[in-house]
Amino acid sequence: MGKERIEQRFTEKLANGEKLFIPYIMAGDGGLDVLEERIRFLTECGVAAIELGIPFSDPTADGPTIQKAGIRALKNGTTLAAVLEMLESFKTRREVPIILMTYINPIFHYGLERFAEACVRAGVDGVIIPDVPLEEEDLIAGFLRKNGIAFIRLVALTSPKERVVEIARRSEGFLYAVSVMGTTGVRQHHDEHVKAYLQTLKDISAVPVLAGFGVSNGEQARDLGAYCDGVIVGSKIVDLFNEGKIKEIQELIEESLMTRSKA
Amino acid sequence: MPELLMPALLELEEVYETAKNDPAFLQQVEYYLKQYVGRETPLYFAEQLTKKLGGPQIYLKREDLNHTGAHKINNTIGQALLTLRMGKKKVVAETGAGQHGVATATVCALFGLECIVFMGVEDIERQKLNVFRMEMLGAEVRGVSSGSGTLKDATNEALRYWAAHVTDTHYILGSAVGPHPFPLIVRDFQSVIGKETKRQIVEQTGKLPDAVVACVGGGSNSIGMFYPFIEDESVKLYGVEAAGKGVDTNLHAATLTKGDVGILHGTLSKLLQDEHGQVTEAFSISAGLDYPGVGPEHSHLHETKRVTYEAVTDEEALDAFQFLTKTEGIIPALESAHAVAYAVKLAKTMSSDETMVICLSGRGDKDVEQVKSRLEGR
Repeated sequence: MGKERIEQRFTEKLANGEKLFIPYIMAGDGGLDVLEERIRFLTECGVAAIELGIPFSDPTADGPTIQKAGIRALKNGTTLAAVLEMLESFKTRREVPIILMTYINPIFHYGLERFAEACVRAGVDGVIIPDVPLEEEDLIAGFLRKNGIAFIRLVALTSPKERVVEIARRSEGFLYAVSVMGTTGVRQHHDEHVKAYLQTLKDISAVPVLAGFGVSNGEQARDLGAYCDGVIVGSKIVDLFNEGKIKEIQELIEESLMTRSKA
Repeated sequence: MPELLMPALLELEEVYETAKNDPAFLQQVEYYLKQYVGRETPLYFAEQLTKKLGGPQIYLKREDLNHTGAHKINNTIGQALLTLRMGKKKVVAETGAGQHGVATATVCALFGLECIVFMGVEDIERQKLNVFRMEMLGAEVRGVSSGSGTLKDATNEALRYWAAHVTDTHYILGSAVGPHPFPLIVRDFQSVIGKETKRQIVEQTGKLPDAVVACVGGGSNSIGMFYPFIEDESVKLYGVEAAGKGVDTNLHAATLTKGDVGILHGTLSKLLQDEHGQVTEAFSISAGLDYPGVGPEHSHLHETKRVTYEAVTDEEALDAFQFLTKTEGIIPALESAHAVAYAVKLAKTMSSDETMVICLSGRGDKDVEQVKSRLEGR
């Protein structure tokens, strides 16, 4: 459970020569009832873990797709408490690590320590909080550590070397490499220097490095994945679920995980 | 705050720390405030208002007489000069009433900076004149329709834009909110209001005022007015929030009166939110006060009770808007009318040997159309 479960699963996959694929889905988008089914489906697609977004009224790190998904989820009455309860109800039926992604205010309001403890009960393995930088993380890091929940840190293209080193040193489970300048959302391509950035992170980080933000198809996933340990795909998957294009999600994941015929 | 923006915030902090101790920089700020903005602004003895209310001697700090019509330019001059110091050529800003947007567009025209202003679609509707002014000044105004289409949403969008363009763009935040060091920078640049007031009131009356009243949205004019008086315990300070349709309804912007602690836009402060930590939409007739958060320093001053925070409704602000206009021939901004409305109440509890200062943070030309339609529909 928790941090160890992520480490174990990632280590196994990487040892098998597989890349790691993490899809992002918005909890409560389409109703909380579909959550178990979506998680099962993604598990069958061979994902390494699932990043589960908790909607927030002011998601400043997110682009239009996830903003809209958040609004749909909030309109459905989705709350952090309800998601944790739902996760607890089928935790014995899950095989992949669950990583919650939300902003600090809903957690702060729920209670920081109470949240960390509830994560354990709900079978949550890791947490990503995009609006808590290094300088502010003491607010919550201790509670997560005490409860064995992986606190996954984000590093950005603007982070200078010394910050990268410190963030990578602290990150648990994996290091989340934000690979665009800006918010989440589909991009046509990534700048060439992103590859050098990922390569640098790989050299520095003791935990696996995954590229996220702007990754939306198999080709991009393989392209960036070649320079790190895998990718996180959010907006595209959120869109496909919303449009009911389940088969395309499966194809996207398969294409992303195809072994790259390397020269 | 996202990691993406942290290096820029750390850079800003460093640049500001050096600049504020650099006599050449301070001189430059002072030069533009005097020659371009028209400072110092008068501290006007409002004789008619004083007579009508029959309470304390009332003085108006005339921030409405600044170039562009409000206190906002005190901060944008300073931050534009910081932008130049950082070697950045582009500026992004958020605006509610449009006053900060206009003040930003103005300094960008002056200093040759590219300017993009995010503004909620609801606010664009109620402040058309300011939108036109910004465009005339060469700024691009981008409408924000997410959320309630007001200041909070404009701030979200400005932050997102900044994250995507942070290497060549500075974010000129206009209120005493947002991530460190913004609340500090805004307070420091706005403190000119309180510093002048303190000197002027002593010159005119021989003593410090007994009461100082200012409106609070994010809290930039009020913190600028209050800050130099914090240590003067004899001076009672009053911050006036927007109660919208009333603090007992869901339609208000009275963050300190009704909110609880939360984190929004990198600030740990009081916040209007629901029981699940979702930020709720603020409501006020005044676009400049329509924000569900408040500066962290106000939150602190509220807690220590150094400042008393009160709230007045849309109706009370509208009455004060007309009252000051008819009594003194000064049309206040709807934001400032909130301060006037509370001052009218407070005056009844004070005597004629006492003095009161009201911060008239901006002029009401921008609000005339909105007030007209409100009064006709009343």
